[in-house]
Amino acid sequence: MLMISPKMASGMQEKQYTPCLLNFFIYNPTFGPREGEEEKKILFYHPSEVEKNEKIRNVGLCEAIVQFTRTFCPTKPAKSLHTQKNRQFFFEPEENFWIVMVVRNPMIEKPNKDGKPPTVEYQEEEILDTVYGAVVRQCYSMYKLFNGTFGRAMEAGGVELLMQKLEKFFYRYLQTLHLQSCDLLDVFGGISFFPLDKMTYLKIQSFVNRVEESLSLIKYTAFLYNDQLIWSGLEQDDMRILYKYLTTSLFPRHSEPELAGRDSPLRPEVAGNLLHYGRFLTGPANLKDPEAKFRFPKIFVSSEDGYEELHLIVYKAMSAAACFMIDASVELTREFCEQLDGLVGPQLTLLASDICEQFTINRRTSGPEKEPQFKFIYFNHMNLAEKSTIHMRKTASVCLTSVHPDLMKILGDINCDFARVDEDEEIIVKAMTDYWVVGKKSDQRELYVILNQKNANLIEVNEEVKRLCATQFNNIFFLD
Amino acid sequence: MAEEHYLELSENPVQFEHASSVNNVFFDEANKQVFAVRSGGATGVVVKGPDDKSSVAFRMDDKGEVKCIKFSIGNKILAVQRTSKSVVSSVKTVLSLRHTFTHITRNASILGFCWTSWNEVVFITDQGVEFYQVFPDKRSLKLLKSQSINVNWYQYCPETAVILLSTTVQGNVLQPLAFKNGNVSKMSKFEIELPVVPKPAKLSLSERDVAMATIYGQLYVMYLKHHSRTANSPSAEVVLYHLPRDGPCRKSHVLKLNTTGKFALNIVDNLVVVHHQSSQVSAEGARLLGSAVVPSQPPVPCQLYSSSWSVFQPDIIISASEGYLWYLQVKLPPTVKLLQDKGKLMDFLLRRRDCKMVILSVCSQILEGSEKAGLPVVATVFDKLNQVYKEYLEAEQSYTAAVESGPSRGGAAQKRPVRTQAVIDQSDMYTHVLSSFSERKGVSHKFIIAVLMEYIRSLNQYQITVQHYLYELVIKTLVHHNLFYMLHQFLQYHVLNDSKPLACLLLSLESTYPPAHQLSLDMLKRLSTANDEIVEVLLSKQQVLGALRFIRSVGAHDNVSARKFLDAARQTGDQMLFYTVFRSFQQRNQRLRGSPAFNPGEHCEEHVVHFKQLFGEQALMKASTV
Repeated sequence: MLMISPKMASGMQEKQYTPCLLNFFIYNPTFGPREGEEEKKILFYHPSEVEKNEKIRNVGLCEAIVQFTRTFCPTKPAKSLHTQKNRQFFFEPEENFWIVMVVRNPMIEKPNKDGKPPTVEYQEEEILDTVYGAVVRQCYSMYKLFNGTFGRAMEAGGVELLMQKLEKFFYRYLQTLHLQSCDLLDVFGGISFFPLDKMTYLKIQSFVNRVEESLSLIKYTAFLYNDQLIWSGLEQDDMRILYKYLTTSLFPRHSEPELAGRDSPLRPEVAGNLLHYGRFLTGPANLKDPEAKFRFPKIFVSSEDGYEELHLIVYKAMSAAACFMIDASVELTREFCEQLDGLVGPQLTLLASDICEQFTINRRTSGPEKEPQFKFIYFNHMNLAEKSTIHMRKTASVCLTSVHPDLMKILGDINCDFARVDEDEEIIVKAMTDYWVVGKKSDQRELYVILNQKNANLIEVNEEVKRLCATQFNNIFFLD
Repeated sequence: MAEEHYLELSENPVQFEHASSVNNVFFDEANKQVFAVRSGGATGVVVKGPDDKSSVAFRMDDKGEVKCIKFSIGNKILAVQRTSKSVVSSVKTVLSLRHTFTHITRNASILGFCWTSWNEVVFITDQGVEFYQVFPDKRSLKLLKSQSINVNWYQYCPETAVILLSTTVQGNVLQPLAFKNGNVSKMSKFEIELPVVPKPAKLSLSERDVAMATIYGQLYVMYLKHHSRTANSPSAEVVLYHLPRDGPCRKSHVLKLNTTGKFALNIVDNLVVVHHQSSQVSAEGARLLGSAVVPSQPPVPCQLYSSSWSVFQPDIIISASEGYLWYLQVKLPPTVKLLQDKGKLMDFLLRRRDCKMVILSVCSQILEGSEKAGLPVVATVFDKLNQVYKEYLEAEQSYTAAVESGPSRGGAAQKRPVRTQAVIDQSDMYTHVLSSFSERKGVSHKFIIAVLMEYIRSLNQYQITVQHYLYELVIKTLVHHNLFYMLHQFLQYHVLNDSKPLACLLLSLESTYPPAHQLSLDMLKRLSTANDEIVEVLLSKQQVLGALRFIRSVGAHDNVSARKFLDAARQTGDQMLFYTVFRSFQQRNQRLRGSPAFNPGEHCEEHVVHFKQLFGEQALMKASTV
């Protein structure tokens, strides 16, 4: 399939507005079925300042749309509602619990002459259902990771407790949503794996097994290096959301002190601990502090019988991070933390330098890194492995991409096409400004390539992508 | 089993007529033979050894009391010493003695003699050594070499053909001489430190306190240094002097005995055994190890450590009064308890002769039951085993390489490396330890997997190719406990090496774990020799186009069976797919043979008929159309 995208209109003095969050609310229609009780349905509403009747109206509208569309397809309820000014996303994570996110469409403000108010042009087709649908699902998964299901809160303390929990969690979480930089990677929700040779990998295995043996409280372990996953003792779906939390929230928050200078007040205390560089990212900042609290965040992961609650200990030495998960019913003491610090700290420090060394050797043998002619995103649905040369380093605030948002939009479009059919497919798109965008789907894998080659024709682009597959993906079964 | 013993006397001792007033008993260390000489040989000489079965009997004339009697190597020539001045040699043919000839010394008195080969003999006199070749036919001796030196006493080590001479007044300057192919070479002499230096000087180093032995292929002189009240050494000790072939002798080890009394030394399986008569125990010290005092027990009822016991090197104990010759043996299983440190225990066991089953049982012990050890210990043990295993593999490899490159270069052919019991390979570990361990109830699966991974890690660390059955064991264990994601991660990092059997195993897991399909295909792709298998897998999944594209990408499109693809395409019931595949092969035929028609050998007739039925005759590609 060949698509030629229309050339973008360009104007002077225009003001661009990126998509932003208008509303976010959670309701359950069964909580206030009678007239006059509508407010009871609302469990959480952002922004909270909104007048009560407007809240009720908005919730009512969503309820009506969902009910109405259900008559057409009872098994697949409505997912989104497109309007000129905004787009609404509906998600029912648990029976009768609805999460609704309203996003304002991106818009362009064109100044008018003669002092007239500027004309606003909404770009209703610029945002993708798949991307923001995934964002809503992620919101729920993140809530569930730290709080368990809505149903669990209901059982424990009824609507009141659930509302408290929702308020506490989403009040902060929504501030960290950066809707303008959401893209294809949010759809995938993938995990970036750290490339590693077999021997070093086995050493890490050995380390994990030994720690789990000597500290038998530890139920699961995950191991990361450079914000990339190497080992997960958790199941895939739990790891996926934990990985998201670690890489977009916890690690960025702690990377600043590391980057800070030696004498900076931001730098954590390392005094008296010259044997290793290990430190806790969750729990006590300084073990030596007599006032230190040994409280760790609790997370919920799936287990054979529903869910289990765990303490999350994240311990880091240089670029290596180990997550240890311990049954939440156990109280963690200073002694345990000291034991863990003494055992894990030196070993992890050693491993981190081993990995670093191995990594540099590998990079050297693979030759000096040249700026390639292409950028790509790869994703494997089977193991959630993702790789992107488009995205720069993730920080706490934004996820930077090195390509124009329009290209990212094309990638999203191709992904939607892929999602529609089961067959393997290939799509080549010529975008504006000489870019070629190629999407390939083979079995469970997807590959998106952006080529910047002037005057290249379709055949040459096809050849170029074949070459890329042969060099970058020669060890997997990826059909040309 | 309160007192488990670590040493035992051999089960079948060599029996001989015990010493008495009419029967003299002699022992030859070189041939390990016991001579029972009745009435000076007149009523018979019975020679037994080195085992209970071999024996020789003959008579000789009684010409006086026999001082020493020995066969040359291979029982060819018998030499008998009756006086301090002469030795009589006789050539032995089957059971009778003929041709005797006599060697007589003039001024010196003969201390003894040693055979160094079938016809070479060394006479040691108080004034030196004389090395002769014997010509039995001519009944003559030819002097090869002689060495003039004052000798107090001598010791002979038959394994290395080294004679140790005690010289000087105190006797503590020792001169080793090596005999080889008619040559004598003087090794560097050395002095043994005496506990007390006597004044005036007199012979102070007794022949009883010195013994030669080869330990780990190296020649050592062992010296029993007795406790002395004047010196500040509280107890006796065994001092080992290392005698290299060339280079100076060096004091290498000191084994403190922490007791005093009468001692005797043996070497068993490269272990130094110290017998202590009064406490009736043997102390055993391996190199690198400390010493341990252990009781020993004889298998035959006899008085332990009776005064008539004589100890000979390396591992022989003779009771002349009872008529037994035993070999001393180490019983390994009980020694396991001696060393708590499993790493040191492995070092100890890996150096023993019959160690395999003991090592394997220690491996099982540390994995299960009351003596279960932690992973670090398990890892250490695996590493030690694999180091020996790797050394053997390397030796074997360089031997094979040398054999293949032919004998043209390098001169002497390399010796094939000996596979000792200490080489514990993967199949040993699998059969005797890992497979039963992984099925053991009550062991946490976490520990099982950790152990298997630790073993694989160790093999990888020594760059030993891991056998397929170990991977299979890992996979089986993971699948059994539903740990598919763990398995997936292992495969992702190629911890389990690619192989066709492994890929097939993965394929079989697809029904319980769908991603196994992708993992298997990836593996087949990486093998690059499994294109046929890939096509089969894709066709079985009805991915006919995918299979076709794949076979084209690897350039094998021209040789594949069209029928296989058409069968699969037709089975899908997708008419367009069938059309596409059919046309694709017609085009191939056109390209290869200039005609779109299928060869009769391809058996595609029914598909041609089917194609015509579906799309009509005119849809067929005509030869003329291209």
